[in-house]
Amino acid sequence: MDIKNTPLFEEHKKLEAKFGPFGGWNMPISYSGIILEHNWTRNSASIFDICHMGEFIISGPKAAEALNKIVTMNVEEAPLKSCKYGFMLNETGGVIDDLIVYRIETDKFMMVVNAATTDKDLENLKKHVPESVSLENISDNIAKIDLQGPLSKEIIQDVLSVDVSPLEYYTFSIYNFLGQENIISRTGYTGELGFEIYVEVDKAVELWNKLLSDERVKPAGLGARDTLRLEMSYPLYGHELDDKTSPLEAGLKMFVDLKKDFIAKDMLLKSQQEGLKKRLVCFKVNSRRAPRNGYKIVKDNNEIGLVTSGSFSPSLGYGIGMGFVVPEYKDAGTQIKLTDSKVQLEAEIVKRPFYKEGSLKK
Amino acid sequence: MSVEKNLLYTKDHEWVKIEGNQATIGINDYAQHALGDITFVELPAMGKDIKQQETFSTVESVKAASDIYAPMSGKVIKVNEALNEAPEVLNSDPYNEGWIAIVELDEPSEKENLMDAASYEEYLKTLD
Repeated sequence: MDIKNTPLFEEHKKLEAKFGPFGGWNMPISYSGIILEHNWTRNSASIFDICHMGEFIISGPKAAEALNKIVTMNVEEAPLKSCKYGFMLNETGGVIDDLIVYRIETDKFMMVVNAATTDKDLENLKKHVPESVSLENISDNIAKIDLQGPLSKEIIQDVLSVDVSPLEYYTFSIYNFLGQENIISRTGYTGELGFEIYVEVDKAVELWNKLLSDERVKPAGLGARDTLRLEMSYPLYGHELDDKTSPLEAGLKMFVDLKKDFIAKDMLLKSQQEGLKKRLVCFKVNSRRAPRNGYKIVKDNNEIGLVTSGSFSPSLGYGIGMGFVVPEYKDAGTQIKLTDSKVQLEAEIVKRPFYKEGSLKK
Repeated sequence: MSVEKNLLYTKDHEWVKIEGNQATIGINDYAQHALGDITFVELPAMGKDIKQQETFSTVESVKAASDIYAPMSGKVIKVNEALNEAPEVLNSDPYNEGWIAIVELDEPSEKENLMDAASYEEYLKTLD
């Protein structure tokens, strides 16, 4: 498969970004350095090119009812202009993708999905929505730029002349700027106050440079996006979530409404009754060393699980990570070792999130 | 990319400064730039015998852990303890404050396997 460039590729080149592949896309990993970008996001505000992610419009009579059977969260009860995070599951209760649904009208939704899973998500939706409901993949027409950081609210107001101050966490509104109507939601993946901005693809460069013209804003790449999300213990599809992992095992039950009906609900109930086979845990290392994806988690010389994500935490100054263990070892305070053929790290299971100082809901 | 004139280099982008029977070892500017923000340096044990081209240290950046290869063989007689607290010095000053270890050389003639600054600069051109 050919690797794709986002509409902002030339801008990243001008900024001398380091690139790397992610989900079939050639993405900026960092510009000035991951730690600098990380800290700038925690202290000021950063823009992220998130054009690689997919967007679908699901609309028409009974769209809410149909969608509600496909996703784990309750979108029928979602207020207008709210965002809901949740999952599409396969028949065994494994996660096809984690996603956010925007309720634009009573029977009109935008679904925002991961880049690498866009095709498989679309296939799953096609399989399950009735013919009366329209399903449109607008991923190629929509550019998504995230502005994240404690100063992001003032910056949007100053740069785009729109008032986003009434937006509560996980809500959105439609604003007029760049000569068109665009969605801005108060959502993000960093733990900071932040917004996700959706514009038509031919406005991407203009929006990017407008935001960048504010000296409080710097660009941040996927490297910082990863360390920021990890400090918040947010899952990353392909690491903490996949086709063989249920949201219950990943500790994300609050995004699963077991009071309504949806695909594979019976499998989740059954697994709950029988007892979950693995549980996602967070751990901190007793040094600056980072655990890495694939390291074994060991307790009393027995392998009890595997690391799914790990990094040095720029905000906390030590190694942190997440991984799955057999449930009896999931409790905070449990001492574990993280090992590969050459490295052995001492770590302790801790409560999520790692970083508690974020401006997310301030 | 800066290449210091009076040092010798390996293909894996380590540098060596030879003074008498001793050599100071580090990673060069190209290496620190490629690794990105360095967050941890595993220093070799004092007294350890290291062998040319074999792993003697590991450097971790935010993205990955990378092995560092010994540019020459010898016994480790000094390590840069300051890197335990401030590994980022490898990024900011790889040729001076960012030195990793000093070894007492077993075989000074091993320097024949290394590149001088001019040859290393030629070698860098072949990598892009």
